[in-house]
Amino acid sequence: MFRRLSRWAIALPVALALAGLSGCGSGQPATSSATSASASAGGGAKEVTVFAAASLTGTFTELGKAFEAAHPGTTVKFNFGSSATLAQQIVQGAPADVFAAASPATMKTVTDASSASAPTTFVRNKLEIAVPKDNPAKVDELKDLADSKVKVALCAEQVPCGAAAVKALDAAGLKVKPVTLEQDVKATLTKVELGEVDAALVYKTDVIASAGKVRGLEFPEADKAINDYPIATLAKAPAGDLAKQFVDLVLSQQGKDVLTKAGFEAP
Amino acid sequence: MNSSVPEQVDLSSSPRGPGSRPAAGREVSGRLPWMLVVPAVVGLVFLVLPLAGLLIRAPWPTLLQRLAEPQVLEALRLSLVCATIATAVCLLLGVPLAWLLARVSFPGRRLVRALVTVPLVLPPVVGGVALLLVLGRRGLVGQWLEATFGITLPFTTAGVIIAEAFVAMPFLVISVEGALRGADRRFEEAAATLGASRWTVFRRVTLPMVMPGVVAGAVLCWARALGEFGATITFAGNFPGTTRTMPLAVYLALETEPEAAIVLSLVLLAVSVIILTSLRDRWVSAP
Amino acid sequence: MTLHARLVVARPAFTLDLTLEVAPGEVVALLGPNGAGKTTALRALAGLTRLSDGQIVLRGRPLHTLPAEERPIGMVFQDYLLFPHLTALDNVAFGPRCHGVPKAEARRTAAALLERVGLADRAAAKPRQLSGGQAQRVALARALAIQPDLLLLDEPLAALDAHTRLEIRSQLRRHLADFDGATVLVTHDPLDAMVLADRLVVIENGAIVQQGSPAEVARRPRTDYVARLVGLNLYRGVADGARVKVGELLLHTYEHLDGPAFVAFPPSAVALYRTRPDGSPRNLWQARIEGIERHGDNVRVHLDGPVTAFADITPAAVADLDLTLGQQIWASAKATETHAYPA
Repeated sequence: MFRRLSRWAIALPVALALAGLSGCGSGQPATSSATSASASAGGGAKEVTVFAAASLTGTFTELGKAFEAAHPGTTVKFNFGSSATLAQQIVQGAPADVFAAASPATMKTVTDASSASAPTTFVRNKLEIAVPKDNPAKVDELKDLADSKVKVALCAEQVPCGAAAVKALDAAGLKVKPVTLEQDVKATLTKVELGEVDAALVYKTDVIASAGKVRGLEFPEADKAINDYPIATLAKAPAGDLAKQFVDLVLSQQGKDVLTKAGFEAP
Repeated sequence: MNSSVPEQVDLSSSPRGPGSRPAAGREVSGRLPWMLVVPAVVGLVFLVLPLAGLLIRAPWPTLLQRLAEPQVLEALRLSLVCATIATAVCLLLGVPLAWLLARVSFPGRRLVRALVTVPLVLPPVVGGVALLLVLGRRGLVGQWLEATFGITLPFTTAGVIIAEAFVAMPFLVISVEGALRGADRRFEEAAATLGASRWTVFRRVTLPMVMPGVVAGAVLCWARALGEFGATITFAGNFPGTTRTMPLAVYLALETEPEAAIVLSLVLLAVSVIILTSLRDRWVSAP
Repeated sequence: MTLHARLVVARPAFTLDLTLEVAPGEVVALLGPNGAGKTTALRALAGLTRLSDGQIVLRGRPLHTLPAEERPIGMVFQDYLLFPHLTALDNVAFGPRCHGVPKAEARRTAAALLERVGLADRAAAKPRQLSGGQAQRVALARALAIQPDLLLLDEPLAALDAHTRLEIRSQLRRHLADFDGATVLVTHDPLDAMVLADRLVVIENGAIVQQGSPAEVARRPRTDYVARLVGLNLYRGVADGARVKVGELLLHTYEHLDGPAFVAFPPSAVALYRTRPDGSPRNLWQARIEGIERHGDNVRVHLDGPVTAFADITPAAVADLDLTLGQQIWASAKATETHAYPA
């Protein structure tokens, strides 16, 4: 009896969620956003779906709340992940309204394959050297990373932070042999947080987001490998106008304030 | 292609009594029940369709050229070596563990059995983090290992093996424990009356009798180790030649070059199918 | 090599408590219905079931404190339990190997034993390739290979078909005669027990109810179970000279006796009549037919009345008497075949 009940308890929300998804897919005009004040009503609620690079998790979540407050009855759904993965998902038909990528290259994957608005660079992110709080290898500057006794983690070249790291190291004329090439910047940062490596090259924003668990060291060559973050609305965007409004919010002064507070730089 | 499961069941049940093997001819006849056939076919399609997807989308014209890339062979070799050693480690530790769970009653046995399955439910990445916390440079055991022996496990091939063994061992333990529970313990009693110590009983009677279960478990274990991704990349990192196994190479290729990822996946798939089928012929269907 | 044992095994719903003495060269059969505790007794002797109380002393050495693998005891299991992954030869060599005999020598011993049980040509066969009778002999050879002081056989012939059973039974009898240690075998088949054993120990509900030589037990059963096994009608009554009063019925017996007594007569000593016979034979009573079934060449009739009894009559007699179920009939037992003995 209990089992049967619990099965229904699972099935019901799933069915509702499916109904909600298909409702959002049917693409109702966004103009009626003001009609439903009560967010609990399933049918009238408006949704905008944002695919954003993992490094934007904190800032975009905050902006999403602000957007919902400004547009009652609207919900912003986020899909955070590696920009390359998100790009693949969008190319394969994932229902995204807005795409905010951590590199122009990943944005290009999307704009090449499907029509989207012209991407706008909304922030830039700079690399820093992240070291454990006690900095056991006494790393001060970028060339310390070339020391074979220093264990270094970098992002894999295939992901934006890795590409930027290569650029920065090339600019400095350094040969660094990392112990690992991580699949994304968060994994790289985790290795530093756990003290498994002595240093890593990650974004300044990630250092700030780690809330004191790692120390960030700025280095001059970082200016040669600045990462542009482009944002675009997708042509097939189910939420149409809402998507544009969300991009506008990101580009507004309010958006800039939130982003720079997190360590991003204005373009 | 036969599934190895019925053969295993048949083998493990045959020691129950001489002459108890069912005759080759089936007596069951009549129409196949659609209640079983329809879901079975749907299930098969569900399992095979993604494979078909890989095959259809594979860049066949450039396939050979991509395969010849040294990094591919390097990742493949590393994958096979690590999965095989990890399986050996699992056999060495997992079979005795399964024996303990199946044959010795001790307080907290149910809890231990539940703990054994933890790596099954744990997301592999979490498993990798957990391994770092214990065996990492600042981990509980890792710290001591480095201070005493100068051994560091993360970012080494040994680390890959540890990560793979960690996630794959439950498959072996569960399979072997099941075989041990299914085996007729009276054979062990018979051996005892002939003067065999418990170790001799295990080595000369129990182990040979549950061998099909051990092989099935080892095959599952090896397959799981071969496909391991999350714990490996978290604990052992990702560096060509030392820790970048095929699944890691596939994942990274997926970021930029989905076609290369498909090729790598196919290679991994083909090699594992070839090895598993040849193993099955050698071990599982032996008379 | 005498075995002295008192076996007590307490289970929630059952207690086994029996004392067993077996001389060297003697074969004792534990006979009893299913669930009587025969196999439990055997397992306790082998060390596979823990004793709640009692002791096992073999050749003056206490065994009950030793684990199974250290007892000088060979056991043949009901379904033989030959190791399926080993050949017949390696099955037999297993015991000696466990006792530290080098491989080559153990195999020589095993080969000699297989020769002795007539299976030299099956040495390389795996158990599943052996017939039931062959497997039984390999199991016997395997148990004998460790040169035990005590041999235990659990239903050694139960898994065999009737034809093989006959042959293996006589072979087993020869091998047991050659074995100079003590032997305890468990069976529920009276014929196996009679042929193989020097002495029968009948167990019911975990306790000994009767023991003696096969002839003695067969002639003078003391429980319904034994009486049924040996095919006798058995009653308990009070003797007064050559008569025993069983309930309301007065039975004339061959023996003269006084006091509590058993009365037994074979079903073949019972004659049936449609009407009360003339000349009033002794031991006559009126009965109702409860069942009719074939029994060998004869027909066995189940009778209910002042006593329940079996009567064996010829098929011709059944036709003559026109017997039907529930029919009232007269029955008589020949006094010369009605035996009395003290209860």
